[in-house]
Amino acid sequence: MNTLFDKIWDAHVVQNVPDGPTQLYIDRLYCHEVTSPQAFDTLRDKGIGVLRPQQVFAMPDHNTPSDHAAPLAVGAKQMDALKRNCQEFGIRHFDMGTKDNGIIHVVGPEKALSLPGMTIVCGDSHTSTHGAVGAIAMGIGTSEVAQVLASQCILQQKPRTMRINIEGQLGPCVTAKDVALYIMAQMGTGGATGYAVEYAGSAIRDMSMEGRLTLSNLSIEMGSRAGLIAPDETTFAYLRGREYAPKGEAWDRAVEQWRQLRSDEDAVFDCEVTYRAEDIAPRITYGTNPGAGIAIDGCIPTLDGLSDTERLQLDTQLQYMQFQPGQCLLGTPVDYVFLGACTNGRIEDFRAFASVVKGRQKAPGVVAWLVPGSWAVRQQIIDEGIDKILEDAGFELRLPSCSACLAMNADKVPAGKLSISTSNRNFVGRQGPGARTILASPLTVAAAAITGVITDIRTLPPAPPL
Amino acid sequence: MNDNNLSKVITPLPTREGRGGESSLSVVQSTCIPIQIDNCNTDLIIPARYLASTTRDPKFFGDAFMHDLRFDADGQPVADFVMNQPPYSAAPSEGVHQIIVAGQNWGSGSSREHAAWAIAGYGVRVVISSSFADIHRNNLLNCFVLPVIVSEAFQQELFASITQDPQTQVRVDLPAQTVTNMATGHSEHFDINGYKKYCLLNGLDDIDFLLESLQKFTLPPSPAA
Repeated sequence: MNTLFDKIWDAHVVQNVPDGPTQLYIDRLYCHEVTSPQAFDTLRDKGIGVLRPQQVFAMPDHNTPSDHAAPLAVGAKQMDALKRNCQEFGIRHFDMGTKDNGIIHVVGPEKALSLPGMTIVCGDSHTSTHGAVGAIAMGIGTSEVAQVLASQCILQQKPRTMRINIEGQLGPCVTAKDVALYIMAQMGTGGATGYAVEYAGSAIRDMSMEGRLTLSNLSIEMGSRAGLIAPDETTFAYLRGREYAPKGEAWDRAVEQWRQLRSDEDAVFDCEVTYRAEDIAPRITYGTNPGAGIAIDGCIPTLDGLSDTERLQLDTQLQYMQFQPGQCLLGTPVDYVFLGACTNGRIEDFRAFASVVKGRQKAPGVVAWLVPGSWAVRQQIIDEGIDKILEDAGFELRLPSCSACLAMNADKVPAGKLSISTSNRNFVGRQGPGARTILASPLTVAAAAITGVITDIRTLPPAPPL
Repeated sequence: MNDNNLSKVITPLPTREGRGGESSLSVVQSTCIPIQIDNCNTDLIIPARYLASTTRDPKFFGDAFMHDLRFDADGQPVADFVMNQPPYSAAPSEGVHQIIVAGQNWGSGSSREHAAWAIAGYGVRVVISSSFADIHRNNLLNCFVLPVIVSEAFQQELFASITQDPQTQVRVDLPAQTVTNMATGHSEHFDINGYKKYCLLNGLDDIDFLLESLQKFTLPPSPAA
């Protein structure tokens, strides 16, 4: 009567510290340039090495430029530090501009470095992404990065378990992103704090691997550090043949084991919620947290019936966003569109975007950043001829990077400008100081890119097939 | 578990030496900074551009704490933000502003430990809230800042007392696991596991504990990859 989470957790327990946390064995540590330099310093201070460098993979992603310009000076310093640290400690490093590089949360699954049943950590809250392959994957702090480098273990309090079921069939133009934005709006950004989430139900089973990665990616925006999906044929088909996937007989043995990785029929979760897929429309956010969202054709809540605190909070958010209570956002002009990030920087996201803009033209005055999540994704975009479709529609394909998701490189949305973005956070200043961000799916972002205004993708005439 | 049992758990680890004074934490009694923002994310606690540092300089991160709420685009203090209003604008020192009373879901969003470095670097030893984001809570503990979870009622009472009298003192007693509003005398128990309590009391790092555990436990074999 174990949950999927329990099974993987229990298989990795080194010890339960008396009246303390669990010491958990970690299969895979990912490092990027922003949250690792001080962890390597800790090792040097203590005069110790990396215990199992072969289980650690590093790549710069936050600071890498999405054009051919040199990285900003501060970012270059961090990227140099990562490279030097990897050389010193014998860690594989996928350098900027090489075919192996990309956003860690895109590269990990795409190379099958993240496999079912693993424990995976990284100094990055969107590490939850990798849970989509059926792994416990959690974001950690830099002190914890140092702990894993030194001991291949981590001390963690076991979270409670929550299952979120999405039952039924998603409507046309409703994507995994919309599902995640819907769940956040239902439970708030702290609704799953303290829990590890498992996503289940028929809509999840029908979801592509890319969609599942998007959904698990956004678990942290509900407060959950980990978002798991039981591995199935979709998972195996995605992983099979990829660079680090087991090969030959080892693959068959692995799949046999992975099939056991599911919550037992009688598993009991600390919390279980079920949503109907049919209730989910394409979504947008209107506020400054990802839970402040509405259906694309809905209205921003009014202040009626709110407590003083709630009223103040909504007011503060709307003031920053320059929106009104009760306003419908359809037809609102946008200044920037961003397709990419660890949330929606995969091939399926570019196919979706291209399916909308094919044969159309980018709206004049709109600045568009189309940023693949990895060099492999970029290559596939070119191989499939999607780059031509984008180019013909007036768009430019940029270079892999975290880019405008968090404004650590040159891709910053200027103060006061409105951006519609496939990224994961609409926080105050997230895309640049003063920048206003609406979160949406690649389809909804594409619709805004060609019309120049917030548009219900369902009302656009279909473009010719790709 | 009492402290005696705990030391049985911990003392077989002979090389462990605490960081001592600066890091260890036992009783903190201080005036507070009230930050009444719910869902305050770590991007607000420290904006991403401060993440470009490769060091852990406490002053650098302390100066960046809540930066974009404290300062406008020209670097001028934002008058209506609480940390710029006397007496809260005074930097933390012994008994002064060493405690933050925060809105619910404090530290949500990004895992950046830089947010905890900013809080510690500013001089804060305790953050009190009705709820914390999971990753940030761990980060605080690893930076020897004590996250104290109280009931919403107690949190609101603290806000009320501080608003009424900014000199209100709050006493956080880690050994007794109690937090007391000295203005009303009301007190609440807070949870912390015995291991982490011992670490905080003695300024001990998890990394040393883990390194020493490797002498007692065998890890699974490393996969070929």
